[in-house]
Amino acid sequence: MSSILSVKGVNKRFGGLQALGDVNLDVAENSCHAIIGPNGAGKSTLLNVLVGKLIPDSGSVVFDGQSVLGRQPHEINQMGISRVFQTPEIFADLSVMENMLIPCFAKRDGAFKMKAIGAVFGERDMVQKAEEMLAEVGMLEKRDMVASSMSRGDKRRLEMAMCLVQDPRLLLLDEPTAGMARADTENTIELLKTIRRERGITMAIIEHDMNVVFSLAERITVLAQGTPLVEDIPDNIKGHPKVREAYLGEAQV
Amino acid sequence: MDQIIVQILNGLDKGSAYALIALGLTLIFGTLGVVNFAHGALFMMGAFCSVVLSRILSSSYKVVDESQTDFLGNPLQVDVFYVQDWFGDAAGATIMDWAVPLAILFSIPVMIFIGFAMERGLIKHFYKRPHADQILVTFGLAIVLGEVIKYYFGANPIQSPAPEALSGRVDFGQWLGYGPNTIIYPMWRLVYFFFSAAIIAGVFAFLQFTTFGMVVRAGMADRETVGLLGIDIDKRFTFMFGLAAAVAGMAGVMYAPIVSPTYTMGMDWLVLSFVVVVVGGMGSLPGAVLAGFMLGIIESFASMPAVVDLLPGINQIIIYLVAIVILLTRPRGLMGRKGVMED
Amino acid sequence: MTDQTTQTPLAKPAPAKSGLFGLEGKDATLLLVVFALVVFAPFILNPFPEGSGMAQFNAGYPDLMQRFVIFGIFAIGFNILFGLTGYLSFGHAAFLGVGSYAAMWSMKLFTLNVIPGIFFAIIVAGLFAAAVGYISLRRSGIYFSILTLAFAQMSYALAYSVLTPLTGGETGLQIKNTDNPLLSSIPEGEIGRANLFGAQMGSSYEMSVGSWLFTFNLGYYIAALFMLIAFYLSIRIFRSPFGMMLRAVKSNQQRMNYTGLTPKTYTLYAFIISGMYAGLAGGLMVAMDTQVGPERMFWTASGEVVIMAILGGAGTLIGPVLGAGAIKYMENILSKINKDVLHQWFAFLPEGMENVMVEVANIFVGKQWHFTLGIVFMLVVIFLPGGLVEGAQRVTARFRRKKSTSNTPAE
Repeated sequence: MSSILSVKGVNKRFGGLQALGDVNLDVAENSCHAIIGPNGAGKSTLLNVLVGKLIPDSGSVVFDGQSVLGRQPHEINQMGISRVFQTPEIFADLSVMENMLIPCFAKRDGAFKMKAIGAVFGERDMVQKAEEMLAEVGMLEKRDMVASSMSRGDKRRLEMAMCLVQDPRLLLLDEPTAGMARADTENTIELLKTIRRERGITMAIIEHDMNVVFSLAERITVLAQGTPLVEDIPDNIKGHPKVREAYLGEAQV
Repeated sequence: MDQIIVQILNGLDKGSAYALIALGLTLIFGTLGVVNFAHGALFMMGAFCSVVLSRILSSSYKVVDESQTDFLGNPLQVDVFYVQDWFGDAAGATIMDWAVPLAILFSIPVMIFIGFAMERGLIKHFYKRPHADQILVTFGLAIVLGEVIKYYFGANPIQSPAPEALSGRVDFGQWLGYGPNTIIYPMWRLVYFFFSAAIIAGVFAFLQFTTFGMVVRAGMADRETVGLLGIDIDKRFTFMFGLAAAVAGMAGVMYAPIVSPTYTMGMDWLVLSFVVVVVGGMGSLPGAVLAGFMLGIIESFASMPAVVDLLPGINQIIIYLVAIVILLTRPRGLMGRKGVMED
Repeated sequence: MTDQTTQTPLAKPAPAKSGLFGLEGKDATLLLVVFALVVFAPFILNPFPEGSGMAQFNAGYPDLMQRFVIFGIFAIGFNILFGLTGYLSFGHAAFLGVGSYAAMWSMKLFTLNVIPGIFFAIIVAGLFAAAVGYISLRRSGIYFSILTLAFAQMSYALAYSVLTPLTGGETGLQIKNTDNPLLSSIPEGEIGRANLFGAQMGSSYEMSVGSWLFTFNLGYYIAALFMLIAFYLSIRIFRSPFGMMLRAVKSNQQRMNYTGLTPKTYTLYAFIISGMYAGLAGGLMVAMDTQVGPERMFWTASGEVVIMAILGGAGTLIGPVLGAGAIKYMENILSKINKDVLHQWFAFLPEGMENVMVEVANIFVGKQWHFTLGIVFMLVVIFLPGGLVEGAQRVTARFRRKKSTSNTPAE
C-alpha cells in the first residue's frame, strides 16, 4: 500500500516544552490509522501541524506528493484533507442544509468565488448532493433546523457529514466520541465503519476511547511525550509492554 | 531642547485626560467585561458638576442698596451672594473662586451615585449579552445623557474658570535653567497633570495593596474562578463601576477650566479615549495610562508649526494614524492580552 | 383613491406568481410591497390635509422623501456588511462622503447629468472601500471597528484641512457660476443645475385633491428607482451563495477555513459592496442637492447608519430601510414641533395641566429630538435586539396566536 500522508522528522517546541520530537508517521491510502497516547503526548499538536494551524520547527509533512508545510488551512483542505474537531465546529446560526451546502460550494468553486446573484437553492446539483449526504447520516428530516438547536451528537454527525460531502482524500478525526454517551459512541463507530466500507476514505483518528480505536483502526501509532513509541497493527498493540508503560495508571489497557 | 520640553508639557494635560478616561474604561471593561460607550458622558457629567457647583455657590438674592443709584437716580438692586452672607465677604469670595476644586468633593458622591445607578439599572442586564449590544445600549445612553445636559444647560459652552491663585502661568524654563520666558506653562494645566498622576497612582495603589483590589485584580484575570471561591464578585464590580465613574467625573471636573464644558464633549472624548484604550490594549490598565500620555504627547508634537509646515494636516490625523500603525503591527495594542475582544 | 392612482407615473405591477426577477414567493412579495410603498410615497406620507393641525406630520415633501430613500440605500449597504458578516464598521460615512465628492467633481468638470456622477461616486467609493477594507480586515472585533473609525476620522480631518483644493475645506463644494462642465453648455455666468438628460432634479408635479396636496418630484423618483434596484440586489445577495458565505463568516470563521474557504476575502468583498452602496447614496445626495461638506464624513454620520440598521433590524432585508425611514422621520418631523405647536395640541386641557403637559412633551421634541432617538434606540437594544422587524414579527405572532386560540376553544 502506498502512503497518502507522510510525516518525517517533525519537531515542535513551545518554549521549553518539546511538544513533538522527531515524529515519523505514514498513513497508508485507504486505511484507518489511529494515533493514541496519554494526555499531553502531542496528539493535538500533531493534528494542528497536519492542518496548517501550526508550523513545525523542522521536518516535513507530505500529502499526496505535495508538501503541506507553510500552507494555509483552507489550502490544505482544498488539497483534500478535512478535519472533524473535538468540540463540533459547525455554522451554529445557519440551518443544517446551509451547513451542508457551504462545503459543497467550497469543493466545487474553490476558496473564493463571487456568486452573488443566483439563489443558493437554484443550484440543484449542490442541493441534491447535500441532501444525499444528509440522508446517508440519517439527518435529512432535520435539514431546516438551525444547527445550534440540535443535540451534541447531531452536531457531531453534521460536522462529519460536512467533511464527508467534500469527498476528502484524508479525514482527520479529533476524538470523535469525546463526551458522548455510550449509545451515541456506538452509533458513531457504526457510522465511521460504514463510511470506511462504502467510500473507502482514508482516516487518521485521535482517540482516547480504546473501544473506538480497536473497532476501527487498521494501524495504530502510540505517541508518548511527543515521540512515537510503537507503530503496529491493533492486535500487537494490545499487549505491548511499552504501551502499558506509557499508559501506566490509565487502567483501560 | 526647550522646544521639546514645551511640547511634552503641552501634551501632558490632554494626555492626562486621555489616561484618566481610558483608565476608567479599562477598569469597567476589565472587571465587568462591558464596553462602556457612555464613559465619555461620565467625563462630561463631571465637567458639569463643576458648573453646577459654581452656580450653587454663586446663588444670590437681590437687595436694594440705597447708597448706590443707577443713572436715573433710583436706588440700585445689588446681588448678594449667600456664601458671603454666611461666611463673610472675603471668605465667601474665596469659596466662589475655588468652585472648581471644591467641585471634586461634590462630584465624588454624585458620580458614584450615577455610576451605581447605571450599573444596577442598566449595565447589569448586559453582562451576558454580546459586546456589540453593550456598545449599542451604552451608545444610546450617551446620547440621552448628552441631551439631558443640553436641555438644562443649553448648547453653548459654559466657562468655569480656575481659582485666581492657580490661573496664572509658570515660567518653567527658569526652573530648569533655560532662562526666563523660554518655557511658559499655564499653572492650571500643571495642577491638572499632578492631580491626574495622583488619581492614577491612587487607583493602582488601591488595586495593588487592598484586599478588595486584590480580589478585583483576580476577577479581571479569571472571573469564574474567583466566583467559585465564594466571593461575591458582583457587588465588588458594582463598586468598581462607581469608582470608574468617579475617576471619569473628577477628570471632567478638573478639565472644565481648560475647555469649557458642552454637551458634546462626552462623545468627542469618547471616540479618542476608545482609540487610546485600543492602542493601549483592551483590558490593560498600565496600557491605558501609557497610551493616554503617549498619544497626548505625540499629538502635541504633531501640532508644532515646523511639523505642520512639513506635513500639513498631520496634527488632525496623528492619533488615528498612530492607532492604525499600532493595531497593524501589534494586533492587541501595546500591552493587551491574548483573546480579549476578538470575537 | 382610484383617480389618483391612475396619475402616478408607474402602473401597478401584476401580483407575483413565481419568480419575479428570479425571486422566491416571500421575497417577491416583499419587493412588491416596497415597490408600492416607494411609488405611492407621496400619497402615503401625506395623509393629513394641508392646513390641519396634523399637517406637520406629513412627510411627503420631496426633500424628505429623497432623504428616506437615499439613507435607505446607505443602510441597506451597511447591512450587507454588518448584518451578514457581523463586522461592525464605524466609518461608513467616509464612503458616503467620498462618493459625494466624486459625483460633485463629475458635475463640475464633466457633465451636469447625474448619471455619470452617480457612476463615478460608486466606483470611487468602491475603490476607497477596497483600500480601507483591505487594511482594516486584518483585524476583527472591536479592533476592526476602531480601524474603520480611524480611517473615517482621518478622511474627515483631511477633507477639512489639507485636501481643501479637492474638497473645498470647511465650506465644501457647490456648483458655481464659474463651473463649466465639458459636456453641458451653460450660458456665461449662470449656475448649472443637476439634471437627467435635460430634466431637472428639482422639477415637480403638484396635484391637489380637496385640501390635500401631493408632490411628485423627479429627483425623488430617480433616487427611488436606484433604491429599488439597490434593495432588489440586496435580496439577491442575501439569497446567493455569496450571501450564505457571509453569514458563515459571522457564524464560524474557523470552520470556514477548515472547509477550504477564505473568510477574509468574502468579508472584503462585502465591505467593498457596502462601500459602493454608500457611494451610491453619496452620489444621489449630490444629485438631489448639489453641495457637499466634510461633516458628511464625521463619525456621528457613521454612528447614524449603525443606529438605522439596528433600529430597523440588522441582518433582515427590510429592517435597515425601516430604520432609516424612522430616524429621518424623527429628525425632520419631531424636530419641527415647538412649544407653540404643543400648546395647540394640549389646548383642550385646563391651563395648569396644559402647561405641565407642554413642558413634559417639550423634552422629547424640537431640538431635543435626539433625546427621543436615544431612548427609542436604548429600548430597542434592550427589549428588541432584532429591531423593529422583530417587533412586528412578535406582534403578528401574538395576533395569530390569539386568533387561533379563539378559533380552537381547547387543546
